[in-house]
Amino acid sequence: MKKTNIIIGIVIFAVLVTVPFWSAILSPANGAAPEVSFDTPVINQLSGDNYKCVEDVEWMRAHHMDLLNDWKVQVVRDGNRVYISEDGTEYLASLQNTCFECHSNYEDFCLKCHTYSNVNPTCWECHVEPTVVGGAK
Amino acid sequence: MKNAGIALAIVLAILAVVYVGVELLPLDFFFGGILPYIAIAVFIVGFIYRIYKWAQSPVPFRIPTTAGQQKSLDFIKQNKIENPSSKGGVFVRMALEVLVFRSLFRNSKAEVTEEGDIVYQWEKWLWLFALCFHWGFFLTVFRHLRFFTDPVPGAVQFWEKIDGVFWVDLQQIYLTGFILLLGITGLFIRRIYLDKVRYISLVNDFFPLFLILGIAISGLTMRYLTHADITAIKELAMGLVTFHPVVADDISIVFWFHLSLVCTLLIYFPTSKLMHAGGIFMSPTRNMANNNRMVRHINPWNPDVEVHSYQEYEHEFHQKMKAVGLPLDWDYDEEGNQLPKKN
Repeated sequence: MKKTNIIIGIVIFAVLVTVPFWSAILSPANGAAPEVSFDTPVINQLSGDNYKCVEDVEWMRAHHMDLLNDWKVQVVRDGNRVYISEDGTEYLASLQNTCFECHSNYEDFCLKCHTYSNVNPTCWECHVEPTVVGGAK
Repeated sequence: MKNAGIALAIVLAILAVVYVGVELLPLDFFFGGILPYIAIAVFIVGFIYRIYKWAQSPVPFRIPTTAGQQKSLDFIKQNKIENPSSKGGVFVRMALEVLVFRSLFRNSKAEVTEEGDIVYQWEKWLWLFALCFHWGFFLTVFRHLRFFTDPVPGAVQFWEKIDGVFWVDLQQIYLTGFILLLGITGLFIRRIYLDKVRYISLVNDFFPLFLILGIAISGLTMRYLTHADITAIKELAMGLVTFHPVVADDISIVFWFHLSLVCTLLIYFPTSKLMHAGGIFMSPTRNMANNNRMVRHINPWNPDVEVHSYQEYEHEFHQKMKAVGLPLDWDYDEEGNQLPKKN
């Protein structure tokens, strides 16, 4: 095989394999994880024992979609709107009335991580998408 | 089956080491911030080194496999892809080989009947599973760019839309992930189901299969079953590519299995049969044009031999040859210079 062809092949290989490295250098973003905001009127009023999410925050971070899926099944299929959390508190199983009551900052809460990790949740296939200042989505 | 057992044991041992290192010992940073660098460095350097070594091998003869009519007289139709005589033909042949595994498509099964006749059967499973596996793996890796780029390129997002066209339980199901699992499972079953293939299978045939099975299963588990903190994982990935590794606590153990098996695969890659990824481009039987009858190919090994051609011989002795009446192939002028050939 011709030497030039082999060198071209090796260069193509090296460029393709290192895409993440050089694209990170060229990209304006620094790749740091976004800070989600808890600065909403309702959350700011919570204090002491009431300052908590439906479930443990660490767990919610990785598994909120599981909770929402469970709620979807129990509400839509079983008609059961009552969710009892691990610590025994009763919640109304509702994305719009429970989750969004506190997390009314869709843009600075949900969207931050979803955009960062390129997650496209299917919430808005049924629910009304919260409007975002400065245009749709 | 002993070889399969050994390969499986090695993969399980790797998982055990990861479990001990991450869950029982505080070695998260090693597995998340150091091992990936070692793996990618070994992969790139090892890969290029293997190619470099192969590039040193002389290819003294033009040995393309000829699977069709070669270029001949004008009225005989040449098979320009199966027996290419031009660069374009070689390009098409290589592209078909690399992209759709044309030579695997030719795979057939030979059997001897009870009457003692040999029969060949159409056997496409190897081709089909290989195609599923390689394309599934490639497109899954391509989708993983969403973890390594910020912002995520439009091409990746576009592909996610197509790949995730099927929804199950209101979730996008990425087809390529399952096609990858189907392909690798099929290749594994084929290897243990066919007696002759099982007989020639070594540990290093089973090891990559189990490794990739482990990668696929842990990845699909994370995505569809147990879920992991994806923001922390992307932060880790972005930290790696910007050379500021950030390893969060409490990332799911399934993620550590997944990442460590990928690192193992990258480290193992250049030393193994997986190097066919680079080697296929260097196959002399595929990347050469069959133009032996049009172009004189000289073996680069040939030492410089001093030759005395008949033309030179006749030039030297033409007067004596003429004197004894021997026929001459060339004419000569008065000064004894050879003139261009007759006819």
